[in-house]
Amino acid sequence: MATEVITRLDPQSRAAARGWSDLTIRNLFIIPTILFLIIFNIFPLLYSLGYSFTDFRASTNAPANFVGLANYRALLNDPFIWTNFAITAKYVVVSVTGQVVVGFGVAMLLNRAIPFKGLLTTLLLLPMMLSMAVVGLFWKLLYDPSFGIINYALGLGRFEWLSNPDMALYAVAITDIWMWSPFVMLLSLAGLSAVPKHLYEAAAIDRAGPFYTFFRITLPLVAPILMIAIIFRTMEAFKTFDLAYILTSQPTTELISIRLYKMAFQEWQTGMSSALAYIMLIMVVAITNIYVKYLNKVKER
Amino acid sequence: MAAVKTTSEVALNRLAIVAVLIVTIIFLAPIYWIASTAFKPRNLATTIPPTVLFEPEIAPFVKLMVRRSQLREPPTAEEYAAAPWWERIVLDDGEKIVRSGRGEVQMSAYPDRFMNSIIIAISSTVLAVGMGTLTAYGFSRFKVAGEQDWLFFILSTRMLPPVVVAIPMFLMYRWFGLNDTHIGLIILYTAFNLSFSVWLMKGFIDEIPREYEEAALVDGYTRLQAFFKVVLPEAATGIAATAVFCFIIAWNEYAFALIMTNRRAQTAPPFIPSQVGSGLPDWTVIAAGTFLFLLPVAIFTFLLRNHLLRGMSFGAIRK
Repeated sequence: MATEVITRLDPQSRAAARGWSDLTIRNLFIIPTILFLIIFNIFPLLYSLGYSFTDFRASTNAPANFVGLANYRALLNDPFIWTNFAITAKYVVVSVTGQVVVGFGVAMLLNRAIPFKGLLTTLLLLPMMLSMAVVGLFWKLLYDPSFGIINYALGLGRFEWLSNPDMALYAVAITDIWMWSPFVMLLSLAGLSAVPKHLYEAAAIDRAGPFYTFFRITLPLVAPILMIAIIFRTMEAFKTFDLAYILTSQPTTELISIRLYKMAFQEWQTGMSSALAYIMLIMVVAITNIYVKYLNKVKER
Repeated sequence: MAAVKTTSEVALNRLAIVAVLIVTIIFLAPIYWIASTAFKPRNLATTIPPTVLFEPEIAPFVKLMVRRSQLREPPTAEEYAAAPWWERIVLDDGEKIVRSGRGEVQMSAYPDRFMNSIIIAISSTVLAVGMGTLTAYGFSRFKVAGEQDWLFFILSTRMLPPVVVAIPMFLMYRWFGLNDTHIGLIILYTAFNLSFSVWLMKGFIDEIPREYEEAALVDGYTRLQAFFKVVLPEAATGIAATAVFCFIIAWNEYAFALIMTNRRAQTAPPFIPSQVGSGLPDWTVIAAGTFLFLLPVAIFTFLLRNHLLRGMSFGAIRK
């Protein structure tokens, strides 16, 4: 495959005459990376595709038996798996919506003449620089019903965040919103700063109200980059593992990644979990495609 | 915005400033709480109402670094008097420091895990940024058949959920004996960051005018010399931004570290949560571990804030 990279270059070129030719340099610079990515991404994927048709268990030395589509059939008929997907969908919707509202809102505020804007923006970025695992661990202390600072600050008494099955998923989403709103904020800020000022001036001359200005000028022009932020965050939220895994172990917070982890590395159902991994992969690709199509539509407008 | 500022516009601006300050305080509160808990005496960590004013202690850090065991009997007055200050901290809490046969203080596992994090994050960052810069230059300056497709392939390697890749990687690594090794995690994180690094660096290198190298070539430089002496220095900002990114991602990674390591090469992210256990956790020690772990990233972010803002917007605000 990598040989397809070769193109025509003028062999008489001045650079080719001394030292390495441009062609050699180009191949030396590009091919190792491509090979590396193929070995560590494509190869494992094919490998697990093979295992998804077997009953292999990595914990035993028993040889793998070919079982055809049995794993896929079992998974698609398993109501528990669909529960995991439903939980994941709810989580994605809640946390991405929250991030867009908070992130875009803060960006709108920051897009004014605010003193120490650079410093404030940098400080606001800090949450997303941290490790999700360590953040999750620490939010456990913040959420603690008897001595957590959140209950104290909000005057909630001994409110249960993480051990209440109805609340736990929202608690995870709140932490995720705290961590990743800054990402949406940053991209929105980039988009907002690119809106040409003369449009606002024209709107002001026409005595357009703030709502009209927002929905007719600001939002349409920021929409493409906001869409990119939403794509990224949806993909990441769909994959969430660490945060939920560390914060709580409620059945109501068992996202599909957590189910997959347990199936693969605690129950050692390697074949079955490879099949689930593939179902997940197809879903991520499908969701991303729908989004990208929508993004292109937004861009065309 | 408008050329003439009306009074309502000024009032609105003030309101925005106040709102931004409130948001910033809310967003930073959890981080402040981690940092302050790391310097608290144990009995003040979990008080209600929360303790805001206290005399900072470094006891949590001492306890984080040494191995301790529960005292069976309270220390005698002589024992206490003979102990250095850092041992007294532990004695006060009803614990003693574990010593080896030769009387040496035994370190806890934390310094080891922290070192693993440093080794693995730095090595994979250097590899990913190095390879990424070369590849980005290749794509930026030479004709490559199907360039867009290759670039998309490179990006698509990041779309896979880590847990999906983890199963075959685990089996492959077991086969090659790479589980629980530094090299294993370094390779993984490099593969992880490479796509990102290529895309970011391509954006930065595309911005460097080709005329710079062409002038160098005319001056008798070879293509390689032109790359190293002209292009690389120009790309320094981009390299810095990309490096911070890759470092943050490798430094914070949890899922692979949890699956692929258990002792020798374990990094801090899976280690810190494993210390909570089932009993009553000492939150000051956990906070100290967390705080130390956050420190490098916080310093990095602050030092390179301007590059970072540019790098992170994916070329959306190209000036």
